[in-house]
Amino acid sequence: MKIRTLATSLAMAGLALAAAGCTDSRSHAQAVYMLVDNSGTYAREAGKAELVVNYLLGTLRPGDSFAVARVVNRSFSEKDIVAKAMFDTRPSEANAQKRAFRAKTEAFLRTVQATSHTDITGGLIQGAEFLNETGAGSKTIIIFSDMEEDLDKVTVRNFPIRLDNIRIIAVNVTKLGTDNIDPRRYLGRLDAWHKRVKAAGAAEWKVINDIERLDGIFANS
Amino acid sequence: MSDPRMWMIWPDNAALSILVLALIAMFALYAARAPMHGLLRSASHALGGPLRLGARWLFGVAAEMRARNKAVLLAQGRRETGQRIEREFERLALLVARDLQGYPTLQRKLLEEITRVEEDYKKCGEVPPPPPDWVDAVTAVAKIKTGGGEVVQKILVDIRQSLESIHDKALAEYRRAYQMRHSILEGFMPYWRSLDKTMKQVDKNMTGIQDAAAQVDAQMASYKEIAARSDEAESSLTNSAFTQFFIAALVMAVALGGAFVNFKLIALPMSEMVGASDYITSTLRTSEVAALVIILVEASMGLFLMESLRITHLFPRIANLNDRMRRRMVWISLTLLLTLAGIESALALMRDMLIQDKQALLQSLAATPAVVNEGWLGHIPTAGQMVLGFILPFALAFVAVPLESFIHSARTVGGALLANLVAALAFALRILSNLVRQASRALVHAYDVLIVLPLLVEHAVHSLRGGAPEGAAPPVDVGEKTLHPLS
Repeated sequence: MKIRTLATSLAMAGLALAAAGCTDSRSHAQAVYMLVDNSGTYAREAGKAELVVNYLLGTLRPGDSFAVARVVNRSFSEKDIVAKAMFDTRPSEANAQKRAFRAKTEAFLRTVQATSHTDITGGLIQGAEFLNETGAGSKTIIIFSDMEEDLDKVTVRNFPIRLDNIRIIAVNVTKLGTDNIDPRRYLGRLDAWHKRVKAAGAAEWKVINDIERLDGIFANS
Repeated sequence: MSDPRMWMIWPDNAALSILVLALIAMFALYAARAPMHGLLRSASHALGGPLRLGARWLFGVAAEMRARNKAVLLAQGRRETGQRIEREFERLALLVARDLQGYPTLQRKLLEEITRVEEDYKKCGEVPPPPPDWVDAVTAVAKIKTGGGEVVQKILVDIRQSLESIHDKALAEYRRAYQMRHSILEGFMPYWRSLDKTMKQVDKNMTGIQDAAAQVDAQMASYKEIAARSDEAESSLTNSAFTQFFIAALVMAVALGGAFVNFKLIALPMSEMVGASDYITSTLRTSEVAALVIILVEASMGLFLMESLRITHLFPRIANLNDRMRRRMVWISLTLLLTLAGIESALALMRDMLIQDKQALLQSLAATPAVVNEGWLGHIPTAGQMVLGFILPFALAFVAVPLESFIHSARTVGGALLANLVAALAFALRILSNLVRQASRALVHAYDVLIVLPLLVEHAVHSLRGGAPEGAAPPVDVGEKTLHPLS
């Protein structure tokens, strides 16, 4: 009788442990922060940015977070976030939120105004803050820009930044006129950003120039 | 750096050095022959002994398992055959009650019909009245000689006329009597038909009872075989268990396919209820687990329903419930099953709506015009999903039947396989132990080959002396036979 009681207790304890061990407390949600460059001639690429936003809206799942922010003269500000949403866990609600999100970003991208300076670093810091607040398991910053940072004289961005465990993906990195003269400028620019984000603790650095290959954004996530 | 020729006795003559060293080694090995043989023998025993012991133990375990399996199988077979005999007797009792209950009525009817037929037969048997006495008179008159007298002739004509008239009358009477008998005979027909029908009914009833009795006889023969614990009964029961096991497994695999379809139907809409972003493991969502739980609950309800209906007998406690409680349980499980089927149907509808919503969103994002599927054709998949969602829980309920067969036959199949596995393991250990013994023998021979020269010398000395030399190496026992050096 004692043996049976002991065996039952052990089995119950084992089941409880197994149940506790089975529960996955990690967050499986994704959070994506998209920076859209508004500066100079790149503002004309806004149409392509809409494609990226639509692709992301179609890909992200209920429970995921998404934000679109513009890159302007100084981008380290919540005011530059055009639209943000943490999609509901219910698929029907999430779909409604996505429709509203799309309407917001569409309105912004159709009326985008070119700015004189480009503060990508500020946008990255702001994006990292947003992503860390979501507590998502997978965090991604998508930079829709030519990656040419152009700060005014007052703005300070030459300090180390923290992008721990965040994937940085540069999309549609167009070549500037000077890049065509000397391609090393373009390659050097991308290399410099690669080194900078890696030094900041980023999980990955990726460049996707062909909009048709957007599925590569979440290929490994 | 050490000199590679250090081992040489004569550094300038390697061959000689090798030869001398080999001779020294040979004599050293010869000196150590007895202990080395002993060492090999001990090692062989040390390795082979436990292996043999293990093999013997495993053979014993396998035999014990087979005996236990046989006991369980026969007990199970006896119980099942007993139940079958019980059911056959119940059927026979029903047949007897149904057929022989009406037997007195049938018998009375038969007797009445037979009496009536007998009476009618008697009536038919009545012969027409015999000719009157005047026939003799007529005969006598016929013998009268006329002699040509007119008076006599006239009398005779009168007599003839009278006779003819009487004859006609008698003939008419006779015909009427026959007509009456024919009509009576004609009246027999319905009674004969009724008699024939009644007899056929009796024959059919008797045949039915005979068949049932034959079934009982067959089951009883099987029961006797099992009770006698014969090998035929065991073999038959084992074969039956294997067949049941594979059939049940096949049916359950089909049911598993149904469960998978069911799961796919409700997994997506369940995310609307419990959320789509919670995970139990890295790949298993809570909504999927919830859908799985619903399917398992449906299967459980089906199991309880089948138990309450006494179709399956997995839970003795349910089987032992009184009829009132059992009926209550039937209604409860059926109600729950119906509710779950209704929920599934609703979830199937929700799934369709969610997919359509997602499709519409994706189309709007892709800026392509939405394909509008109007008309009743567009509603067929939705209706199909709803019907499937409602039917599948009931279909899953019947899994209880193959599940019971699977569980019952798994004991026999698993036991037989385990016993064979243990026997195979024992056989492998026995082979290993033999290999060790043979390897030891081969090593002893190999050792003697290495010291062949000293052994030849010893053999020669032994031959010269005509007996075994003092201190000579003793014969080596390596198992089955004793080996003498160079013998």
